[in-house]
Amino acid sequence: MQTDDLINLLAKDAHVRVRFGHIFRIALAIGVVISAVLLLSTLGIRKNMAEMIETPRVLFKLGLTLLLAITATRLAFLIGKPGVSLRSAALTLLLPLSALLIGIAAELSVVPAAAWGASVEGRYSSFCLFFVPTLSIAPLAAILYSIRQGAPQNPGLAGAVAGLAAGGIAAAIYAWHCPDDSPLFLATWYSIGILVVTAAGSLIGRRVLRW
Amino acid sequence: MNHSAREEEWAAWMCAAMAGDTLAYHHFLKAITPYLRSIARRRCDQFGAPPSEVEDVVQEVLLAVHLKRGTWDTSRPVGPWLSAIVRNKLIDSLRRRGRHVSVPIEDVMETLEAIPHDEGADRLDVDRMLEGLRDPQRDIVRSISLGGAGIRETAERLQMTEGAVRVALHRALKGLAALYRSDRRANG
Repeated sequence: MQTDDLINLLAKDAHVRVRFGHIFRIALAIGVVISAVLLLSTLGIRKNMAEMIETPRVLFKLGLTLLLAITATRLAFLIGKPGVSLRSAALTLLLPLSALLIGIAAELSVVPAAAWGASVEGRYSSFCLFFVPTLSIAPLAAILYSIRQGAPQNPGLAGAVAGLAAGGIAAAIYAWHCPDDSPLFLATWYSIGILVVTAAGSLIGRRVLRW
Repeated sequence: MNHSAREEEWAAWMCAAMAGDTLAYHHFLKAITPYLRSIARRRCDQFGAPPSEVEDVVQEVLLAVHLKRGTWDTSRPVGPWLSAIVRNKLIDSLRRRGRHVSVPIEDVMETLEAIPHDEGADRLDVDRMLEGLRDPQRDIVRSISLGGAGIRETAERLQMTEGAVRVALHRALKGLAALYRSDRRANG
């Protein structure tokens, strides 16, 4: 086949049915809704959330996980678009990171050293370790599917970012149930769960995000 | 025509193409091909790939541009988008041909800005790749590319609706790109 013939062929398929941004938003919404419903139908929202939501630790937990979810998802969206600079979006990931460090410092300064161990340990770390990865499955599938329609330069990295975003979303959802409020707990168990999802995203991305 | 005027023309064609204007899309693809060929030729030279592979690389890049055009944000300039796709696909394609390559994005941009001198070539691997497709996809691809038939003619001949032919054509093109990827990997 001559190149001109191929061009004729491609030209006949000119119309773009779905734009990348559109796919991403729809898939993401579906993924988030599935995970939210999954939490509501299994564990449910924390019983005393109405009162607890006003306490600084709970506010911090909800805010931080949401911040990670938003910044990482934005990066995941851009990473599928060729020729777009990722620098500023990548730098915004420092926001949740520095917020976490500030939270840890604040916690260490108000909690006596003898109680640090108990704060890290929390009460339901195994729930956290199970639910963060579980709640991330649907968003991860949605984000990987979307990026697959795009053209990421580095499939492994794009997969990792997808995993980080999905982990952040899962954390932001699980935080509405989670009864452990210390930033030390957050820094330990949530981080492990999110890192597991990030690693999984990278491994899957290497396979499915090639184009 | 200077570079920015040309880029604006490309962007206008691409915009129209995404809305379904096949003629504009044809102009766009015809216009970028000489540039793709000149980049591909330079890279094949540099990394010791035989010149016969140049046209394969060009066609693979064209397919990638085609399948990923939904990622172009019409509010952004088309040049950087195109350069990024071309560069990534070029690296990928040469790598699968067994070359360890790196292609600086600046080089791609520069080539896109230069005036190409074009000599067309043909030979294609796509022919062999077509064997990997199933009917009616293969039939549709043959009919349109080699026979020069339109969507409507093809639909009438195969007794399909035009919509079904369009969908099958799109799938066939996706299939071709996937065949390229798997074929090269399997062959080393």
